Amino acid sequence: MEFLNAAVVLANFVLIPATAYGAQLALGALGVTLIYGILRFSNFAHGDTMAFGTMVTILVTWWLQSLGIGLGPLPTALLALPVGIAATAAMLLVTDRVVFRFYRKQKAVPVTLVIVSIGVMFILNGLVRFIIGPDDQRFADGARFIVNVRDFEAWSGLQEGLAIRTTQGITLVTAVITVALLFWFLNHTRTGKSMRAFSDNEDLALLSGINPERVVTITWIIVAALATIAGVLYGLDKSFKPFTYFQLLLPIFAAAIVGGLGNPLGAIAGGFVIAYSEVAVTYAFKKVLGYLLPDRLEPDGLVQLLSTDYKFAVSFAILVIVLLFRPTGLFRGKSV
Amino acid sequence: MAEPFLIGENMTGGYGKADILHDCTVAVEKGRIAVIVGPNGAGKSTAMKAVFGMLPLRAGTVRLNGEDITALSPQDRVARGMAFVPQNQNIFTSLTVEENLEMGAFLRRDDIRPTIEEVYNLFPILREKRRQPAGELSGGQRQQVAVGRALMTRPSLLMLDEPTAGVSPIVMDELFDRIIEVARSGISILMVEQNARQALEIADRGYVLVQGSNAYTDTGKALLADPEVRRTFLGG
Ligand SMILES: Nc1ncnc2c1ncn2[C@@H]1O[C@H](COP(=O)(O)OP(=O)(O)OP(=O)(O)O)[C@@H](O)[C@H]1O
Ligand SMILES: [Mg+2]
Repeated sequence: MEFLNAAVVLANFVLIPATAYGAQLALGALGVTLIYGILRFSNFAHGDTMAFGTMVTILVTWWLQSLGIGLGPLPTALLALPVGIAATAAMLLVTDRVVFRFYRKQKAVPVTLVIVSIGVMFILNGLVRFIIGPDDQRFADGARFIVNVRDFEAWSGLQEGLAIRTTQGITLVTAVITVALLFWFLNHTRTGKSMRAFSDNEDLALLSGINPERVVTITWIIVAALATIAGVLYGLDKSFKPFTYFQLLLPIFAAAIVGGLGNPLGAIAGGFVIAYSEVAVTYAFKKVLGYLLPDRLEPDGLVQLLSTDYKFAVSFAILVIVLLFRPTGLFRGKSV
Repeated sequence: MAEPFLIGENMTGGYGKADILHDCTVAVEKGRIAVIVGPNGAGKSTAMKAVFGMLPLRAGTVRLNGEDITALSPQDRVARGMAFVPQNQNIFTSLTVEENLEMGAFLRRDDIRPTIEEVYNLFPILREKRRQPAGELSGGQRQQVAVGRALMTRPSLLMLDEPTAGVSPIVMDELFDRIIEVARSGISILMVEQNARQALEIADRGYVLVQGSNAYTDTGKALLADPEVRRTFLGG
């Protein structure tokens, strides 16, 4: 019984939230890694791209809500998501035409493109704040819980309750579907294979007649989808605030780099590594240990390694450790 | 003399300011094999790139089947039936063998299965390894993937830059046999070879390049018999 209670507490406060967060980071990291693999630079505007897509989705959600259109127990935002993706794709393609393409034609070195992407980041940053404001926005509606604490307690007879929020469930289901579609696309379609070929060996791809501009266009569209989905899921799960999305850049890059930049599978693994570490290191284990240890050993303190204020330090530390011992990341991406 | 199927004539040019090629000419007849040999850094690879349009020429022309293609991009040349296996990084290492072949046929919209079968018949080992990432193959197998990829467009001209680099003597003989087989099927072959002696033996035409210029040009047999060429380039 004690053990079960401990397990439930652990699942409730660490495993479930970290899994949802990991899935969100993984989707974000997939976008970063695709851009790195195909366009060959680290896109610092990715966090703000997520914010842009989420903002559009929120605006459409509000509009749908005002019309009384909804999805019942599911959040209305899912209905608005395709519009958000389309708008983000359009925005990214315009940005590519007016900014990135110029530097691509010049064969600018990656570090130049990184700095250019920082410029794009600032512009998006301002644009999003200008349109929706810098404040917190909540836009989740529908049923709040798939499993709620009281029902769980009644059903299990345990002291501790387990809650699974709808947004956590939706995050996982959506992430699984998105990743499955992405891998199917990359591995089984002609266009997807040509993207992998281009990422692998650009010169040979040209010699095979693969059109680089087409590859780049499709990459941006996929990145728009990944970024918007990641952003909306994160926003549903937590809340939407432009500054938070900018801050997400660190764990997302950490995930992509830890997994191996340019390697999609690595991005997913990296997302979960970062999420579990971040949540585990900042969680106070007092209650879990209270159930597991005999009474006299029960800890006095919170048994929390780091306060949640330091959660970004976790990403950073993991990043440094991985780069020291395995510069190409866990899944052998390109070395950075 | 009739116009050869492909000719890069009086080519002069290089990567930056300094010219690497000086008035260099290489050509190949329909269904024949032409071989370029010469010391390291002679500009053999550069000549190949020039013929394939990967290098701006300051002077000279490239003609395919009598048509001036000097201004065409490499992709356009692929569409005209030219295929090129570069000296380095000539496969997609993270793609499987079969995916490498599919990418070779990227420009084609018709059924590519028969061509893949032909490549597998030419290089049976590739059929066995078709689901493996090409980067996991041995050096000789990789070269077969590289040649196979280039054949996927069903080219009329195949350009090979050191196809036998890093390949054991037995596999090298194999590879040369396959190349002859390809030429017999009517495909012209222009190739650079480090194994000059063996290559000139199968060559209808040989070019000895030194410092970006033609030093000797003759049939393969004649070059092999030339005491001067033997002494300077073939090691006696
Ligand atoms: N990408 C490049 N940029 C600038 N110079 C180059 C480049 N590639 C080759 N060169 C120079 O051009 C000259 C000829 O090189 P090339 O690769 O054509 O020689 P090669 O005959 O193919 O030699 P090898 O037998 O070693 O392959 C060399 O002096 C080399 O330094
Ligand atoms: Mg060379």
